[in-house]
Amino acid sequence: MIDTIKLDRRAFLVGTAAAGAGFSLGFGASPAAAQGAVPEVNAWVVIRPDDGVVIRIARSEMGQGTLTGLAQLVAEELECDWSKVSTEFPTPGQNVARNRVWRNFSTGGSRGIRESHDYVRQGGAAARDMLIRAAAAEWNVPAGECAAANSTITHRPSGRTTTYGKVAAAASRLQPPGEIALKPVADWKIAGKPLNRLDTADKLTGKLVYGADIKMPGMLTAAIKACPVVGGKLGSFDAASVRSMPGVKHVLAVDGNAVAVVADTYWQAHLALEKLPIVWDKGPNASVSSASIDTMLDEGLGAAQAFVGNRQGDATAAIAGAARRIEATYSFPYQNHAPMEPMNATALYTGQRCEVWCPTQNGEAALAATAEAAGLPVQSCDVHKTMLGGGFGRRGRSDYVRQAVLVAKQIPGVPVKLLWSREEDMTQCAFHPITKCKLTGALDAAGNLTGLHMRISGQSILASLLPQNLQNGMDPVVFQGLNPGGAEGQFGYDIPNLLIDHAMRNPHILAGFWRGVNANQNALYVECFMDELARAANQDPLEFRRKMLRPKHRVVLEAAAEKANYGRAPAGRHHGLAQVMAFGSYVAACAEVSVDARGALKVHKIVAATDCGVAVNPAQIHRQVAGSFVYGLSAMLYGECTVKDGAIEQTNFDAYNVMRIDEMPEVETVLVASGGFWGGVGEPTIAVAAPAVLNAIFAATGKRVRDLPLVKHDLRRV
Amino acid sequence: MIALNVNGRETRIDVDPQTPLLWVLRDHVGLTGTKYGCGIAQCGACTVHIDGQPVRSCGLPVGDVGSAKIVTIEGLAPAGILTKVQKAWLDLDVPQCGYCQSGMLMAASALLAATPNPTDADIDAAMTNICRCGTYQQVRAAIHAAAKA
Ligand code: FES
Ligand code: FES
Repeated sequence: MIDTIKLDRRAFLVGTAAAGAGFSLGFGASPAAAQGAVPEVNAWVVIRPDDGVVIRIARSEMGQGTLTGLAQLVAEELECDWSKVSTEFPTPGQNVARNRVWRNFSTGGSRGIRESHDYVRQGGAAARDMLIRAAAAEWNVPAGECAAANSTITHRPSGRTTTYGKVAAAASRLQPPGEIALKPVADWKIAGKPLNRLDTADKLTGKLVYGADIKMPGMLTAAIKACPVVGGKLGSFDAASVRSMPGVKHVLAVDGNAVAVVADTYWQAHLALEKLPIVWDKGPNASVSSASIDTMLDEGLGAAQAFVGNRQGDATAAIAGAARRIEATYSFPYQNHAPMEPMNATALYTGQRCEVWCPTQNGEAALAATAEAAGLPVQSCDVHKTMLGGGFGRRGRSDYVRQAVLVAKQIPGVPVKLLWSREEDMTQCAFHPITKCKLTGALDAAGNLTGLHMRISGQSILASLLPQNLQNGMDPVVFQGLNPGGAEGQFGYDIPNLLIDHAMRNPHILAGFWRGVNANQNALYVECFMDELARAANQDPLEFRRKMLRPKHRVVLEAAAEKANYGRAPAGRHHGLAQVMAFGSYVAACAEVSVDARGALKVHKIVAATDCGVAVNPAQIHRQVAGSFVYGLSAMLYGECTVKDGAIEQTNFDAYNVMRIDEMPEVETVLVASGGFWGGVGEPTIAVAAPAVLNAIFAATGKRVRDLPLVKHDLRRV
Repeated sequence: MIALNVNGRETRIDVDPQTPLLWVLRDHVGLTGTKYGCGIAQCGACTVHIDGQPVRSCGLPVGDVGSAKIVTIEGLAPAGILTKVQKAWLDLDVPQCGYCQSGMLMAASALLAATPNPTDADIDAAMTNICRCGTYQQVRAAIHAAAKA
C-alpha cells in the first residue's frame, strides 16, 4: 500500500529541543550539546556562546515537575539567568561511558529531588566556580575579587563585567574544584520559589514528542498481545491467515509468551492482530479467580506465621486483658496505573548495536534490558528517553522495552515502534498489590488505646519484581508508613503495645510500584481504624489521635484541621481526617463531604498539609498534591481490577473508570516546610485522600466502608 | 483515495475508509499532537474539531468525514500565536505530563466558542476528558481565565 503522502519515507526527525530529549537518528546519537559542538562546563552545565544555559537532568519527567525542580537547584548554585535555562536528558549509555557521572537515573519513590539535591547543586556550584575563575584569568585578577549573579561575572574592584557565554569555553578547560559550600536555603532566589514549569509550551501545541509519537524513516509499527494469564505461554498462531492483510510485514513470536504483528501503520498491525488466531498455553494459573485470591488472603489473616514489621510492648497480652476490644477487617484491591500514554518503545537493532527510544522512569534499567534482549554488551546499546505521558510507577519496569528489542532483533536494520493497545496496557501490568488487613484494638476503661495488632495479609511487590531484595523472605516495603522509626516512613502513633505483621500471600498476578505504593492501603487501614476506635471510645477523632501522635505528624494534622475549620463544617457537610508519613514527608488531610438522601457522594473540599522539610517549588507541590488526590480518589471511587480464569477482567476505561473534572474537589494545600530534611512530594498525599473521605462518609452516614471501590457500596444513611 | 481538509489544507490519502481518523492523522498525515488513550471514545485524548464541534477521532471512520473541516491541536494556533485558551494554559501552568492536554485544549476551545462564559456546571458537562495526572483544578481555573481574557 502506498500513500500519496509517503510518510514512512519522509524524514521526520525530532530535534533535541522538540523531544525534550537527546534524540537524533543514528548511532552515537546524543544531546547536541554533549556532542562537543559546545564544550560543557561540567557534566551538569553547558553554556552556549549566546548565554543560553543547558542544564542536564538525569531523572525522568513524567509530569511530576522534577525536571523544573532539579533545574532550579542547579541554577540556584550556578547563579545563572533563569530565563535562559533549557534542559536536556543525557542518555544512560553516556552515563555508563562516563563512569556514572550523573549517578542514578531511576525516577520513582518520590526520590527525584530528595535523593539528588546535594550533588546536582554541587554540579551548579562547581560550574559557577569554573566560570568565575575563567573570567578572573582573562582579566588577570584574583578569582576571590570576582562574583557571579544572573549569568554575569563582575570584578568588584574595577566594576568590569563579562557574561557566562563569553568565558564558558575557557571555563570548560579548567580543573573542577573540590567540594563547595552550598548556599543556605534562606538565601535561595530561584530554588524554593513557585516558578512555572520549563516544559509547558510544547505541550500546548502538539509539538512535544512522546514515545508513542516517534517516527523514523523506514519505521514499521508493531502491535502486541501477550498471554492473558501471567506465567502462561504462547501455544501457536496462524500467521498465514493475516499475512496478506494490508500493510502487514511480519507476524512474530516474542519471548515465548506473546505475538506481535508488524505493519506499515499501527492500525494495520492492530487489525491483523485482532484477527490472528492465537492458541495460548495458559498454564496452572488459569483457574485463579478473585474469589480464590480472597480465600488465600483470608487464610493469611489468621495464620500463625508472619513477618514482624513493628513491635512495641506486648500487644497480644494488652488485647487479651482489654476493657474493650474493637476489631475490623479492611481490604484493598488490585489497581492498574493506567497512565494516559500506553506502553511503547521504538528499537533499532543492527547486529552490532541496538538503540531504543522510549518513555521510561528508569533509563539505566531500560538500557540493561535493551542489552540483555539484544544479546549485546551494554557499551553497544543506548536508550534515548522521551518525556513520559504519565508514569506512576508503571514505567519503572522495562518489560515493554524488552519486547520492542526482541521484535526489532528479528528485523535487523529496520526501526520498529512497539505500541501497546489500552487493552494490553490494562491487562499486562504489575498491579497495585492486593492485601487485606485485620485490626484489633484494645481500649481501657477511660477510652485510651492501650494495644493494637495490625495483621496484613497479601502481596509483596518485592517478591514479584525484586525477589533479590527480600530480607530473609520478608518484604520491608510492605511496612511503608508503619515502621518504628526512620527517615522514610515511621508509624505516627505512640501506642504502648503494638504489633504490625505481614502474612505474605502472593497470587500469580504481578504486584508493582503504583504511585503511593504500600502507603496507600496502610494509611487507609490505620486511619480508618483510628476513626473507628475514636468513635468506639466516644471521642472526637482529632482529639483521640492527638494524644498519641508523634510531633511532626501532629503538626501536619492540626494544620490541615485548622485550615479546614475542622468540626465546623457547613450545614449538611461532614469532615474526615487522615495522616501518614511516607516517602520522607509528613502529610495529613481533612476532607469535607456531603451524602444526599439517595446516597450520592460529593467531595466538596480537601485541605492537605505537607511537611516535606525543604520545599523546592511550592507551586508545583500544590499541583502534585491536587493531582495525587485525583489518583487516590479515582482508586477509592472506582478502581478495582478483578481476576477471572487467571486473567485481569478490566480491559479499558469503560470498565476501569477514573475520576473526571465533575468529581474534582477543591484542593487547598498547606505547606509546612519545617526545614532540615528533604521529603518527597509526588506520592505521600495520595495515601490520605481515601481515608479522609471514607471517615467523612462515616460522619455523614454512619456507614463504615472497609473495602473498595466505593462504587460497590450503597451510601444511603443507616 | 480520500480527500481531507486538515488545518485548512487539502490532503489526499490512500487509506482504508474504515480507518479511524485518529490513526490517519497520526500515521498518514503525520500530526501526532492528537493522542491515542483508549480507542473507545472514553478518554478524550484524541479530540479534534470537525466543523467546529469537538469529536473523539478514535471512533470516527475517516471515510465518514467527507468535506468537513478538521482542526487538530497543531491547527489551533496556526500562525504560532497562542489562542487565549492556550495562553491561559501557559500562564496557569496547567499540564503535568501533558499527554491528555491536546484533547483538553480542543474540548475547552470548543466549549468557549459555544459558551463564552461557562459556569462550573458547563465545564463539568463539556470537559469529560480523562487526565490521570489530575490537572482538573488547573483546567477549570484556566477555562475561567480564558473566558475573562
Ligand atoms: S483515544 Fe479516543 S477517546 Fe480515548
Ligand atoms: S497531564 Fe498527564 S494525563 Fe493529563
